[in-house]
Amino acid sequence: MFLKIAFRNILRNGRRSLMTLLAIAVGGIAIVLFGEFVGFVQASLETNAVQNVGHLTVFRRGFFDYGAGDPAGFGIANYEEVTGLVENDPEIRPFLDVITPTVSLSGVIGNFEIDTSKTFLGTGYVPEDREKMQRWDEHGVAQRRVLQDSGLRADDESRGVVGVGLARVLGLCAPLHIADCPARPAPTTWVAPNAGSAPDVPREGVDNDAAAGAKADVPRLDMLAATANGAPNVMSLYVTRAEPQGARELDDNVVVMSFTLAQKLLYGRGEHQATGLVLQLHRTEDLARVRGRLEALFRAHGLDLEVRDFAERQPFYRQAVGMFSAIFLFIALIMGVIVLFTVVNTMGTSVVERTSEIGTARAMGLRRTGVRRLFVLEGSILGAFGATAGVATGQIVAMAFNRAGATWTPPGSAAPVPLEVLTAHAGGLLAGVWVGLVVMATIAAVVPANRAARLQVVDALRHV
Amino acid sequence: MTPQGSEDAVVSFHEVGKVYDDEGLRVTAVKNVSFDIPRKRFAMIVGPSGSGKTTLLNLVGCIDIPTSGRLEVCGQDMGALDDRALTDFRSKNVAFVFQSFNLFPVLTAYENVEYPLLLLGIGGAERRTRTLSMLDSVGLADKGGHRPNQLSGGQKQRVAIARALVKNPALVLADEPTANLDTHTGAEIIALMRKAQREHAASFVFSTHDPQLISHADETFVLRDGELFDHRAREAS
Repeated sequence: MFLKIAFRNILRNGRRSLMTLLAIAVGGIAIVLFGEFVGFVQASLETNAVQNVGHLTVFRRGFFDYGAGDPAGFGIANYEEVTGLVENDPEIRPFLDVITPTVSLSGVIGNFEIDTSKTFLGTGYVPEDREKMQRWDEHGVAQRRVLQDSGLRADDESRGVVGVGLARVLGLCAPLHIADCPARPAPTTWVAPNAGSAPDVPREGVDNDAAAGAKADVPRLDMLAATANGAPNVMSLYVTRAEPQGARELDDNVVVMSFTLAQKLLYGRGEHQATGLVLQLHRTEDLARVRGRLEALFRAHGLDLEVRDFAERQPFYRQAVGMFSAIFLFIALIMGVIVLFTVVNTMGTSVVERTSEIGTARAMGLRRTGVRRLFVLEGSILGAFGATAGVATGQIVAMAFNRAGATWTPPGSAAPVPLEVLTAHAGGLLAGVWVGLVVMATIAAVVPANRAARLQVVDALRHV
Repeated sequence: MTPQGSEDAVVSFHEVGKVYDDEGLRVTAVKNVSFDIPRKRFAMIVGPSGSGKTTLLNLVGCIDIPTSGRLEVCGQDMGALDDRALTDFRSKNVAFVFQSFNLFPVLTAYENVEYPLLLLGIGGAERRTRTLSMLDSVGLADKGGHRPNQLSGGQKQRVAIARALVKNPALVLADEPTANLDTHTGAEIIALMRKAQREHAASFVFSTHDPQLISHADETFVLRDGELFDHRAREAS
């Protein structure tokens, strides 16, 4: 009966109830859409990070903090043994998607045909492992992206990829057919007399330039790096394509090459090592568990190795997630306050209008708690209907938005990316928004409900 | 007059006073009245406007509390009950018929009559039987599904009477129950209440100006300036 009375009282002033429902629903739509957008941004950032650096990376202790200055000095010499140890561990194996060695290095890369060079940050990957890593898409956010050729070749270690910015600086816009690449102005600085030829540096590594004739149409760059023993070393890189990196700084510096080429460049004729072992898992939620097991495994085998996750390797991920979460919280709070005040206003007006009825019910023997319960119930019902409308409409709008195929260039990104909202795994968000709105509407109804319950029967009956 | 504190009294006033404090202005509505209202009678509280009739009725109905003296309703000292107990007491023993009917507009006639039984926690089957029976007894068996705005003034007051009597209260209070009705309908309502009073053996207490209603009184309490000015009783038939 109370439920029936509450329902009918809501329908009694249909327009006012409708406006209240709309306010709650609009709040719900806004929270759902922004929440799903934040979910998409977080999932995209995570997917990008995991595709590029995996979930976990095993380094020799000290590499993470000091290795950038001496990558050769912090290598993992027995990386194949460590790989075998991890791969064969029964506690890790079920969660493991890829484990692959990498080499990180830095140096100078130049296009000596136009006498231009620049510092670079290079990473060497096993080509087939990198391709597999780039297919990782646990959250389904990369479905609209065309999976591009990794640019690395298992049968040709000299092939590689550079950032779009680096390609531009080194004059590769035309050969690589890069769109939106302004023409390089004529140099005004001094031009070396031997422009067009490689620097006169002894090659310590194995010459990888033997098949140069077969790659005449592929632009070539030369990389200069210091080997483990301090000697300079030069290797040629045939650039398959330029790849946007998502951040200008990376775009202007990144070189992706094959693992073996990077090993030759960094270690020359010395013992070839890896600077890191990258682990990509099937699911991110297993990260902590696998990390714990890895650390225990290394301790048990006396290995001087440390484990870092992708958020540690890419601090931008954590900062961006934190920022978007804070904005989401702020918007949710504003919407919550709007819902709160709307429901307080609606229920307050209802209490005033029904004062005489409250007096009558109290005179007939309805307790104060009964009055309170009735108004709180009405607030909850308003909240439930508004929240249902808001969540359902929000989800429909989100799905329609995804079908529109919009793109955007996020801050720090070098190229447009699909602009979507994460509807696929948003069950938790939708449930949270629904419950949050209903709770907010219920709380909002408590104030007018208490006012109604505190009315003196005689005064309420006298009310006109 | 019934002797003070008699077991035959449904209401006993013992030096009962009521003073309102209206923003610092003290208004004495009832001045230390002492009298009994006998059980199972048609009792009228009459008097000019401002004489304290409604205040007295509110005190009898346990929706207001005296500022002095002792008030017993159905043998229960009202001063001994807290708000919750007073509410429960009203639910079981006291029923109201209002001048403006005060039906719940969102409920049908049937649901309005059923409502007090719901407050008493009476089960569904019994509720239905009693509600239908009561609607039938006030001649509205075919109007159960109508909302108050679909009923005439007389029909609304019949629903209000049915709602008052459905829980078999010891005491029915009616504040100017015929004031909003035409003479003919008023007469019908008075006859209906008289019949109901006899059938249910309930005590009816009215506050009224209506001479037509006063002419049916078994007991008449005349108030003037908050004091009991006169009491007339008709021999029980």
